[in-house]
Amino acid sequence: MTRIPFRPTQVGLALVAAVSLTLTACGGESDPLSSGEGGGGGDTIVIGSQGYYSNEIIAEAYAQALEAADFDVERQFQIGQREAYLPEIEDGSIDLFPEYTGPLLQVWRPDTEARLADDVYAELEEAAAEKGLRVLDQSPATDQDSYVVTRAFAEKWGLETIDDLAKVTTPMTFGANSEAEHRPNGPQGLKETYGVDVAFTPIEDGGGPLTVKALEDGDIQLAIIYTADPSIKKNDLVTLEDTKGLFLASHVVPVASDDVSDEAAGIINKVSAAMSPEDLVDLDARSVDEELPAATIAKDWLEQEGLL
Amino acid sequence: MSLFADALAWIADGAHWGGPGGIDHRILQHLAVTFAAVGVAAVVAVPLGVLIGHTGRGRLVVVALAGAVRAVPTLGLLTLLGLALGIGIEAPLLALVALAFPSLLAGAYAGVESADRAAVDAARSVGMSEWQLVTRVELPLGADVLLGGVRAATLQVVATATLAAYISDTGLGRYLFAGLKARQYDEMLAGALLVAALALLLDLALAALQRASRPSTGKVPS
Repeated sequence: MTRIPFRPTQVGLALVAAVSLTLTACGGESDPLSSGEGGGGGDTIVIGSQGYYSNEIIAEAYAQALEAADFDVERQFQIGQREAYLPEIEDGSIDLFPEYTGPLLQVWRPDTEARLADDVYAELEEAAAEKGLRVLDQSPATDQDSYVVTRAFAEKWGLETIDDLAKVTTPMTFGANSEAEHRPNGPQGLKETYGVDVAFTPIEDGGGPLTVKALEDGDIQLAIIYTADPSIKKNDLVTLEDTKGLFLASHVVPVASDDVSDEAAGIINKVSAAMSPEDLVDLDARSVDEELPAATIAKDWLEQEGLL
Repeated sequence: MSLFADALAWIADGAHWGGPGGIDHRILQHLAVTFAAVGVAAVVAVPLGVLIGHTGRGRLVVVALAGAVRAVPTLGLLTLLGLALGIGIEAPLLALVALAFPSLLAGAYAGVESADRAAVDAARSVGMSEWQLVTRVELPLGADVLLGGVRAATLQVVATATLAAYISDTGLGRYLFAGLKARQYDEMLAGALLVAALALLLDLALAALQRASRPSTGKVPS
């Protein structure tokens, strides 16, 4: 065949084909979520999870515990960020979702002043009820920002809580992502809440290896790392207890719709109660270090806790 | 468009000027990092390039190596260097030196090579030493191309020097990172505009220098 330039009709057809393909693709993606609406009224409990490995492990633990008690479960995991999945929970497409107390409360009540775990949970119960939802028992497991120091630094000055930082007489530098500089849990908050003075230096890796390196080098003395991050244990870092609620409490908490029966809620509450903060760190570590699937990690943990 | 206007308003806001985090201070830091990176790279790359261009030796190896360095992503290199050297300005500076190196090297050897061979041969036949050949014939004739290398390197470095803020409290990149993470998009866009403006000004200045370096008479060898 000789080369023929595209005729307008051909281009038009190609465009129609491309557009319809795109539309079909979109439909395909939204299908699983909309089918949840159908399932929402039935016996099947639709469980969702964030696109965050730690959250998926918790969701998987809920799913397996419910399945062990002969509940029908549908998994809608790896949905993504809160903006994406929260509407699905609110409209009942998803029945059960592992959430975090403080961050969720701040979405529903942006003006809240609750910081400490029990205050946050109490207000979250009210906020959920307004949405026609309920939160089950909060777990002792937390996944929140925390101040960490090296073991050597903690021992040198006898540090256990953030309050203890007042005992440190040498200048301290705090390293974190740049947004921390002007957040309530940055240098200003530390000064106002605890009366501790620190300098600030930006390290844009979100408490990753460069932050750990800076701590070990002594370039910084204080950093923010998630409590559930395996790197705290691996690098022998010490988390300072936040006695005055500088950081928003963020306990793992299941959000449930009316389709979750009291019997099912009881099972989930047992799972939540069994999960200690250390357990969550270990679960995350298995995901990071051994690269095991969430289902395997959750199953091993449930068996170990006698929940399967 | 309103975001654009917000960004301009952010730059115009007097509260963002002066002091250790002020725009003026950040611009100076940014320029210092840029000049330091290009300067350090030039100290090594330009003599090496001139040597290669003059002798015609080792060209393949060095050019291949420089090309390989060019392919290294700067952020990846910065993270690696940061893990070795710790936080601070050293790791970003080294990463930027690596970024500037290939362009400077290419400009230097291509410049020297581009000198008219007839002129070089004539100079040699009147008894000039090799050193005189380089300094009085090849470099003046190749300055245009050599400065082109400096210009390319500077443009790359001034735009990429935002990465200095990744692990140090330096430069205009601070506005980008802080604005992005805190969703202060006016601040972020303001940072980007300032970097773009700085890049443009530097490029114009170097272009003028490049034009001035061209021999005023005779045909310019290309």
